[in-house]
This record gives sequence, structure tokens and C-alpha cells, in this order.
Amino acid sequence: MAHGEPTPQQVQEQKIYRTFGLTEEEYEKIIASLGRLPNYTETGIFSVMWSEHCSYKSSRPVLRRFPTTGERVLQGPGENAGIVDIGDNLAVVFKMESHNHPTAIEPYQGAATGVGGIIRDIFTMGARPIALLNSLRFGELNDAHNRYLFSHSVEGIGGYGNCIGIPTVGGEVVFDNRYTHNPLVNAMCVGLIAHDKIATGTASGTNNPVLVVGAKTGRDGIHGATFASTQDPHAKERSAVQVGDPFMEKLLLEACLELIDTGKVIGIQDMGAAGLTSSSAEMASRAGSGLVLDVTKVPVRETAMTPYEMMLSESQERMLVVMEKGEEAIAYEIFEKWGLEATAIGHVTDDGFLRIVEGETVAAQIPVTALVDEAPIAYRASLRPRYLDELRVDLPVCQVASSMKDELVALLSRETIASKEWVYDQYDSMVRTETFVRPGSDAAVVGVPGTKKALAFVTDGNGRYVYLDPHQGGAMAVAEAARNLVCSGAQPLAVTDCLNYGNPEKPEIFYQLEQSADGISRACEVFATPVIGGNVSLYNESHGIDIYPTPVIGMVGLIEDVKDIMTSDLKASGHALYLLGDLFAGLDDGLGGSEYLLMRDPMHHLDYALPTFVFDDEKGVQDVCLQAIQQGLLHAAHDVSDGGLLVALAEMAMTENKLGVQVRLSPDHALSTNDLLAVFFGESPSRILVEVAKQNEQALTSLATMHGVPCVRLGEVTKDSTFTVYIDQDVVVQAPVQELESAWRGAIGSWMNG
Amino acid sequence: MKTAVIQFPGSNCDMDAVKAVQSTTAGTAELVWHTTKDLSAYDVIVVPGGFSYGDYLRAGAIARFSPVMDAVATEALRGKLVMGICNGFQVLTEAGLLPGALRQNESLQFRCEMAQLVVENTDTPYTRSYHEGEVIRIPIAHGEGNYYADDATVQELEKNEQIVFRYRKEHNPNGSVGDIAGIVNKNKNVLGMMPHPERAVHELLGSADGVRLFTSIFTTWRDAHGTR
Repeated sequence: MAHGEPTPQQVQEQKIYRTFGLTEEEYEKIIASLGRLPNYTETGIFSVMWSEHCSYKSSRPVLRRFPTTGERVLQGPGENAGIVDIGDNLAVVFKMESHNHPTAIEPYQGAATGVGGIIRDIFTMGARPIALLNSLRFGELNDAHNRYLFSHSVEGIGGYGNCIGIPTVGGEVVFDNRYTHNPLVNAMCVGLIAHDKIATGTASGTNNPVLVVGAKTGRDGIHGATFASTQDPHAKERSAVQVGDPFMEKLLLEACLELIDTGKVIGIQDMGAAGLTSSSAEMASRAGSGLVLDVTKVPVRETAMTPYEMMLSESQERMLVVMEKGEEAIAYEIFEKWGLEATAIGHVTDDGFLRIVEGETVAAQIPVTALVDEAPIAYRASLRPRYLDELRVDLPVCQVASSMKDELVALLSRETIASKEWVYDQYDSMVRTETFVRPGSDAAVVGVPGTKKALAFVTDGNGRYVYLDPHQGGAMAVAEAARNLVCSGAQPLAVTDCLNYGNPEKPEIFYQLEQSADGISRACEVFATPVIGGNVSLYNESHGIDIYPTPVIGMVGLIEDVKDIMTSDLKASGHALYLLGDLFAGLDDGLGGSEYLLMRDPMHHLDYALPTFVFDDEKGVQDVCLQAIQQGLLHAAHDVSDGGLLVALAEMAMTENKLGVQVRLSPDHALSTNDLLAVFFGESPSRILVEVAKQNEQALTSLATMHGVPCVRLGEVTKDSTFTVYIDQDVVVQAPVQELESAWRGAIGSWMNG
Repeated sequence: MKTAVIQFPGSNCDMDAVKAVQSTTAGTAELVWHTTKDLSAYDVIVVPGGFSYGDYLRAGAIARFSPVMDAVATEALRGKLVMGICNGFQVLTEAGLLPGALRQNESLQFRCEMAQLVVENTDTPYTRSYHEGEVIRIPIAHGEGNYYADDATVQELEKNEQIVFRYRKEHNPNGSVGDIAGIVNKNKNVLGMMPHPERAVHELLGSADGVRLFTSIFTTWRDAHGTR
């Protein structure tokens, strides 16, 4: 009985494994794998490796459905990050991950370490990180605790990214009280790599040394992975949240890239969730090898740490590296230059065991296959929730407070729709001097040094849509991401996703997961954007309330020539405004799922079905938009999404250029006030607003006709900086752009700076 | 013209500075590690932006004790051009090469945006290609950019025409006294500024107004050394 820990018999008799989150069945399976009772340390190791967070036991059967291959895919799911070819011997490496549970407890560190973790996943592959994005969900800002979670998360994201010197170029923030106790923080990192520099997390070559590099190991974050796999984070301890050190990670980044560049690295892996345990087991598993690790050699920052604590610590900014035997000195020298430690703690074996020793004593001895490949799969029950069959498809009747203009102003001041400047001005979006389109447009655009190319990035998701129709909502998230890239002039390449859901043990929640994953899969096939990695965050529930099913899509697109970069802001008066897609879709589709309905009828906003979504329509609109950009026909492009048509038009007008908009809609029959609301604020998908110079109007309409895509002339860009909407001869909305802009720009700041 | 860009642990605008010098002038630029003790081979020294030593304790407070800083001071004294950008400005004030200090932004928040600067003095090696009173667009990205000096020091700066850039009136992003964005020493060979000219060297970056700062430096050097 080492370190006063319970004996294997006590672990069994007192059911200590239960407190680690292992079920009876799983414990029996461990005994069968080992052929004996596991000791305390081994029980801990199994519990984290078999946790939802590490093993994806609920979601694995679902994830298998994603399309993961394609001509350009160099690395699909299974490594630290996926890789996609962009030509010129270059590739883009990217991944998105959630850090929801830690953020709910300690928002600054929770969000910061989420950023730190995803950056490590990228440079572990040998790639130079070039951009960060995020996707955030909070409860509404009229609540002080929500403001606290929001402001500290933003500060944490900025604090980490700004310090390490990777620009935070984009993202999204949505406010809805369904996230009040379960905020979502999903962080995405993108890197660039030359094909021949790709590193992997493989521990191969018997007797090759295994090194721990970077920060020292402490007791922080023990059982963080387990804690992310159970219900209600508020019942958990704050000590399970890690603390980040971006300065340390900057040094680690530079040292690791320098080390990988020597070509003497066999394998390298981030120590993220479940720290040394999962990094060592996964590296050995990929190589089909074994490892011997001596925990007495691990540099520590606390005294008397047990093997159990050492294996389960989630101290940040650490990596596990396997070097060619005899080449360790290279690592020592490089890490010393950067003021870091690199320490050999063991070696690769060929017996397939993860063997943890403490000096002469064996502390744990487990077959790697038992930890990784034999991790249990939980086939969860799935049940279609009743509410889905009770949704209404008619037009909701809303009470307009005073005028359509006031409705528009009110909508523009909604936290979800309002400008996110308050957020992104706190992020360094320009460091590395390759950011060509900063936050605020449809997608961020970052240059590829040494080429004419640029990459476009976006994160998109709409939990309310997925709640109202899991399959279609999942597909629409992918469609919107692709649409945003296309509006920026990029060809969509591939997807990373974060699947944020409630408690999968509830059949209705599992149904949401399953159906939305199918929708995502289908859409990824249609848009030829394979899923090359991502993660799953379950158990986002508290006080019995589950979050909306919120898959977030991170998508990367390629712009072959920087001349094709497109933004959403209006450029010059006299240009025409067109809508690609169905102008009056709202008359049939209504306001289902819209932000407007949430604003005006919060009690019943979940009673109405989503607008129709047709893949062919979406594809057609995107194809026309991208081709028009590449043919040089457009000056601005902006997709119609949250808030609908008028919000999208207003967003295009609110620029430094001080321009106005005058549009005239000519319906073929008289519209009631209620009809108008649906046309103005309905969120029917598959629509893009574009700005066209007069001489190119003919070319645009011909292109659209050729593709069978509706293309309606709405009006013109004016120089008087007024926003005017006519229905036939009647002015129905008129406002100085300045008035719209101050509502839109000031909304979040008025809560946060007040 | 040989430019040294000092690299502290935690510098992160170091490569941006190298790229900017190389793309805007006919000179060369290279990274110089913070343990270097002799900078006599260089004509221009850039102390770049970033978070040297994590900005722990206080921005620039640890970097100023770095071995290379003695060499920076020596070359500054010899009249070489020494330019500190953002964190570099903080380091130069901590090292006593420039007066004043950079405090936390008045908003208490990090702020990144395109700032508008007024060129106050074109009679420096860094600004000779600008017009006096010209408004230029140069990005800022800092949490501690709130320039402070006591009244006597500010009067001294005014009197000696050491204030090179000010934020445009009503557009002061951080609470700096006198809207000060950049200053030079009395000798005008040491410049410190919070905005990032190296981030404004191409229209694709949203502004090319920083180019003339680098061409000013290059012209100054060429006038002194002839073309080489």
C-alpha cells in the first residue's frame, strides 16, 4: 500500500472506482483486461482514459458517420489536428476544441487554457500557428453573473492569445439564457506547415527515449477530464481547473518548432486532458508499442506527488516527445536556450504495456490496447422529442411596438446581433502582419506568406435552429459557414467541429446529437468539406436544463489570389444592390427560429418550425457568388443570417465609408404588417446580398440565370448615408445610418462599460 | 543599413519588424537574441513589441535587465537609431532611455484597433518623410499604453519638440497624457511609440502609412553613409 492509498481490495470493496466515474460494468471489464484487480493508480488511469472526454464513448458511433476523406486531406481525425493541402508544398492544420466546463467555474482561466490547449494541438503537428478563432455562448447580459462569465472569458481568451502572439481573427458570440449556467467556449487554432515537416504523435522505435518538455508538473487539474464528463460542473471543485501561462507556452512553441525542424523527433504529443496518461497511451497506441515511464524523473513543482497524481495532473504547457535514441542532447540544448526543461523519463518498449514505475517499484502496468482500443462504447438510447412534432408552420402574429424602423433598431441592439467590437477590440487581431480581413466581416482572411494565396476562416453555429430541427439545423450550420467563406471570396476546404450538447443519457438529447451529426455529415458531403477533426462536449446541463444542441462548425477556405478577397462593407455610391436567393422566402417560411421572434414573443418563439432549407438552392447561391467574385463583378457580399434581410443590409451600410442604402421591394400582392415582418426579419437561409457596379449588373444576372438562381435588384448604394426601404411607392423604413449604427455599435458596451 | 531586431523571450512582433524593414527599405534586418552583448555591427536597433518575459511584474520591467540592454544603451549613446515599438517602448522607458512610463489603459482593457495619429514633428530621423500635422493610420494593440510623465517632464518634452506622434484629439485610446503616442529622446535618435508602424506597411493590412517611417530611417542612414 504505497502513499497511504487504498489497496486494490479496498478499491473494490469500498467501490472507490465509482467516485472516479467508472460504472460497475466498466470496473468488471478492467479486471477482465488485467486478469487481476487494478490498484489505485491503475483505477485512476482507466477512469480518465475511459471518461467521456477522452474516450468519446457516447459519441464515437455518431462520429463515424462524418465524411473524413478528400483529395486535399493529408490528415483526418485521430491525430492532434487535421491537415489539408493548399498547394505549393504547403498545408493548413486546424482544430477546434471546447472548454465549456472549466469556463463555467473559472471563466478567465477556463477560456485561457482552452486557447492554450488548442494552440498546442497545432504546433504539436509541426505547424506554425497563424490564427485563432472562437465561438462563445452566454446567457443574456441583463444578468450580472452572465456579464461576469462573458467579460472574464473574453479577457482570458485575449490574455492568452495576445501574449503568445497569435492573432485572434474571428469568431462569434451568441447570447441566450439557455446557456446561463453552461457557457460555451470553443477555441479554434489554424497553423501553416510545409508537407515535409509534418510531425505526428507516435511513440515508435524500441528503446527510443521519451522526454517531458516544458512546464513542471503540479497537482492542478487532476481529474479535469473526468469532471468534464459528468453532470453539473457547479457541484465540482475549482481545483480541477488548470491555470495557464501563455509566456511559458510561447517559449514551448518556439522550442518545439525548432526541435521538430531538426528532424530528430520521432513523435510529439500535447499533454492536454488527462495529461501524461492520455498522451503516453495515445502515442503508444498509434505506434502499437509500449512505454516505460519513471515518474520520479518528471520535473515537479510540488513535493511528495504520488504516481497517481503525476499521471493525472493536467498542468498546462507540457509536451511528451519521443526522440531518436542518442539524439536527446539536441533537445536539451534547444530547450535550455528557451529557458525550459527537457527531461528523459523513460523509453519505448515493444511489449504493448504502459508501465509506470516509481524508481524500482512498478506503480501501474496496463496493456495500451486495454486503455485505448478497448475503451467501452456506450450505445445510448435515442428518442425523438415530442416537441418536434408539435411545431407550427404558420406565420406567427407579432405585435409591432411602433414602426418598422423601431423594430429594426431594436433588433440591431440585440446582444446577439449587435457589433462585437467590445469583444474583438480586446484581441490582438493583427500580430504577424498577415491579417487581411479583421473581425467584423463574414469571415476572417489571413495571407499565406510567400504566395498570392490567402486563407479564410469562420466559426458558425445556431443552437436554436438545431433544437427546432436537429437534422436540418446541423446542415444549416455547415451551409452558413460555407456561405460566409464564399462571401469572403474563398473556396471552402474542410471542417473542424465542436459538438456541444446536454446530457447524452437522456434519449431526447442523444437524438439531437445523432440527428444533427447526420445533418452535418450530409452537408459536408454536399459542400465537399470533410470533417478533419474536432471534439465533443457533453453533459452541458445544470439544474436539469440542457443547453440547446449546439454543434459549432469551424471551416477553412482557400483564396487562390488575394485580389479575390471580398468584404461585407459597401464601397461606393451608385452601385447596385442585389439579392441572390429568394427575396420573399419569409412569406412561406415565416419567422421560425429567428432572433426577431425571440425578441417579440419569447414565450412562444420555440413553437414555430425552421424555414425551409434546400441543399441545391444553397449550393447554387454559393456557386454564383463565388464565381461573381472571381470574375471581378462584386464590390461587397454579405450573407443574410441572424436578424434577416434588413439587419444584413444595415450591417453592410455601417462602415467608415458613410454610405446609405435605398431599396425598393415590389411584391406581387399587398403585404400585411405581419407579412412584412416575415420578409424583413425572417431568417430563411441560402441568401446573399451583393454590391455590383452598374456596368456589371448584366453579367451578374446572366450568371445567376445560368445557374437557375434568383437574382433580384433591390436598389442602390447612396451617398447621403440614409437607410430607406420602400414597398412599391411607400417608404416603410427610413433612418439615418448613424442612428442604426449607434444602436448596433453601442449595445454590448452599454451593458459592459456601464 | 543593417538592422538588429532584439528578441527577448516573449517578443512576438520581432518577425513583423524584420519583415517590415526588409519590405520597405533596401536594408537588411535580423533577429538578435537577448543574450548578445555587442551590437556595434548594426546601424539601427529595433526593440520590438510583444510580451517580453510575459510582462510579468510590469511591462518591460524584467527585459530591461536582459544582457542585451547594456549594448542597446551603449549604441544609443553613440547616436545610433534605436526604436522601441509597443513593448519595446515600455522596455526603453524602464531602461531610462526615454522619459515617462506606460501605465495600464484607462479602460483597464487591452485594445487593438486602427488608431489615428497626428505627426507632430517631422524633424526627426524617423519622421522626415511625413508632413507636419499629417494624420496617419497606424494600428495599436496594447493593455499598458497609457503614457504618463509629470507636468515638468511633459513641458520639457514639448519645449524640446520630443513629442513625435499624438493620438488625434477625441481619439485617445488609452488615456495618455497630452494624447502622446510616441516620443524621442533629446538627441532624437531614440524613438518610442505604442502604435505599430510595422503593421501598416501594405494596403492589404488596412494602411500603408507606416512605410514612410521606415523609409525615413533608411534615408537618414543613407544621407550619413552614402549608398552601400
